[in-house]
Amino acid sequence: MNRSRGRIRENLIGLYTIVYKEVVRVLRIWIQTIVPPAITMTLYFIIFGNLIGQRIGSMDGFDYMQFIAPGLIMMSIISNSYGNVVSSFFGAKFGKHIEEMLVSPLPNSMIILGHVAGGVARGFIVGLVVTAIALLFTDLDVEHPLVTLSVVLLTAVVFSLGGFINAMFARKFDDVTIVPTFILTPLTYLGGVFYSISLLPEFWQDVSKANPILYMVNAFRYGVLGVSDVNLGTAYAIIVGFVILLFAFSLFLMNRGVGIRD
Amino acid sequence: MPALRLANLSKTYRNGVQALKGIDLEVAEGDFFALLGPNGAGKTTAIGIVTSLVNKTAGSVQVFGHDIDRELELAKACIGLVPQEINFNQFENVEDIVVNQAGYYGIPRAEAKRRAAKYLKELHLWEKRDGISRNLSGGMKRRLMIARALVHEPRLLILDEPTAGVDIEIRRSMWRFMRKINLEGTTIILTTHYLEEAENLCRNIAIIDGGRIIENDRMSNVLRKLTVETFVLNLRERLSAPPRIDGYDVRLVDESSLEVDVSRERSINRLFAGLSEQNLHVLSMRNKTNRLEELFMRLVEAKGAPPP
Ligand SMILES: Nc1ncnc2c1ncn2[C@@H]1O[C@H](COP(=O)(O)OP(=O)(O)OP(=O)(O)O)[C@@H](O)[C@H]1O
Ligand SMILES: [Mg+2]
Repeated sequence: MNRSRGRIRENLIGLYTIVYKEVVRVLRIWIQTIVPPAITMTLYFIIFGNLIGQRIGSMDGFDYMQFIAPGLIMMSIISNSYGNVVSSFFGAKFGKHIEEMLVSPLPNSMIILGHVAGGVARGFIVGLVVTAIALLFTDLDVEHPLVTLSVVLLTAVVFSLGGFINAMFARKFDDVTIVPTFILTPLTYLGGVFYSISLLPEFWQDVSKANPILYMVNAFRYGVLGVSDVNLGTAYAIIVGFVILLFAFSLFLMNRGVGIRD
Repeated sequence: MPALRLANLSKTYRNGVQALKGIDLEVAEGDFFALLGPNGAGKTTAIGIVTSLVNKTAGSVQVFGHDIDRELELAKACIGLVPQEINFNQFENVEDIVVNQAGYYGIPRAEAKRRAAKYLKELHLWEKRDGISRNLSGGMKRRLMIARALVHEPRLLILDEPTAGVDIEIRRSMWRFMRKINLEGTTIILTTHYLEEAENLCRNIAIIDGGRIIENDRMSNVLRKLTVETFVLNLRERLSAPPRIDGYDVRLVDESSLEVDVSRERSINRLFAGLSEQNLHVLSMRNKTNRLEELFMRLVEAKGAPPP
C-alpha cells in the first residue's frame, strides 16, 4: 500500500520532469514554435478574412471573418501540437537521450503523457496567440466556454498522440514531415475550416463526414459561435474515441519498443 | 542474493547477428567486476539487455532478485548506467541533464538539485554546470555521464568503457572515484579494453568472446594464465642470424632487433647473461603484445575455437 503510494508519487515527479522540460523547450525556441504560426495566421486573416471575405458575404449567418476564425485557431492547434511532439520525441530518439527515460523506472504511460502534455501546452499557447490575432480583425464571443475548452484540449491530445506515434516510426528527419504534408494539411483544409459543408453537393457532404477533423473544427466552432455542421455528441464520441485508440496504440508501441529498442 | 544474475541470455538482432549465445553470469553484491572481451564480443549488448535498452531473445535477468520480466521497474531502480556512447541531449545544460535524470527516477526537484551539486562537484564538473553539454571535452562528457548515473544512488553501477579516450590523469582520478564508491557499497560492473585497469580495480572477471563467456573467475586466477610474454629487444650490433641462447626461442625481426618469448617461470636474467656472453648489447626493450590481447588469444586457443 505504502509502496504503491510512493510509486505513484515517483511517477508523478517523473511526469512533471518531462512536462517541465517540454514546456521550457517550447518557450526557449519560441521563434521556431510560436512566431511562425502567428505570421501564417495573420496572413490568412488578412487575405481570406479581410480581402476575399468581404466579397463572400456571410456564412451560416456570420460574416466570413468570424466564420473562419475558429477554424484557423483549430488549424494552428492541430498542426502545432502534432509538430511539437513529433519533433521533440524524434529528436530524443535521434540524439539518443530517449535512453535517459528508457533506463529509468518511469512507466511508458508517463513518458507518453509527458510528451502529450508538452504538445497540448504548445497547442494552447499558439491557440491563444492566434485568438489574440483574430481579435484584432473581428469580435469573437465565446458562446459555450466549456465546449470550447474541452474540444481544444481533446483535439490537442489527439494530435499530440499522433505526433508521438509518427516519431516512434520515423527513422529519418524526412519521415517527420510526411504525415503533416500529405495527410494532416489536406484533411484540415477539407475539414470545414474555410467553408460550411452545407455549401457542398450532398455526395461531397457525405464524403466530408468521413474526415475526423471536420468534427473537431465544427465542435470548436459550435463552442465559439454556437453553430455547427455536425452533431455535437457525435463529435465528442469521435474525438474521445481517437484519444483512447491512439493512446492505446502508443502504449503498445512503447511496450514493444518499436523504433526505440533493437 | 547476487546483484546481477544472467541465465542463458541470448540475443539475435533483426539483421541475424547472434550477439549473445546463451550467457550465464553472476555478480555478487559489493563486487567490482570486470567484463572484458574483444570488439563485437557482445558486452554492450548484454549491458543493453540488463538496462532495458535492448530486447532479449531468450533467457532471464535478475537484478538484486528482481526479474526484469516481472518486476522491471524495481530492477531498473537499482541500476545506474554509464553507456559506451554519449547519449545526453547535447543542447541541454550540464546541471539540467543530471537534475532531469533524477526526476525520471522520482526524486523531487529540490533533492535532485542537491544531489546534482554533490556529484557534479565530485566529478569536477561543478564549474561547468551552466554550460551547454556539447561544449564539454570528451573526458568531461564521460564524467557527466557518471554523475548522471549516480544521481539516484543505484546499488549497481554499470560502466561501459568509461575511460575510453580519457587521459591518464583523469583516468586515475576516475579509478580513485570508482574504488571509493565501491568501498561505500556500490556493486560495480566495468567493461574496458585496458587489462591494467581491470587488474587494478576488479576482483572478479568474465571474458566474453563471440557471444559466449569463455572465462569467469577471480582476477588473480585469470592473470596466472598469462604465462608467456613476448619481448622485443633492440641491439647495438647488427646480426645476420639470431643468437642461440639455451632455453629461449629467439627470432630475428630485422638485423638489429630480436623477438623473444619468455615464460613466467623462467627469469629474464639468463637471457641477458646469454646475450652478454656473445658480446651483444641491448639498447632498449619493450613488451610486444597488448597483454589483454595475449590473454584473449590464449583463452580462445585453450578452449578451442567455438563452433560457428
Ligand atoms: N543494433 C544492432 N543491430 C544489429 N547488430 C548489432 C547491433 N548492435 C550490435 N550489433 C552486433 O552485435 C555484436 C555485438 O556487439 P556489441 O556492441 O555488444 O559488442 P561489444 O562487446 O560491446 O564491442 P565493443 O568492445 O566494440 O564495444 C556485433 O557483431 C555487433 O555488430
Ligand atoms: Mg561495446
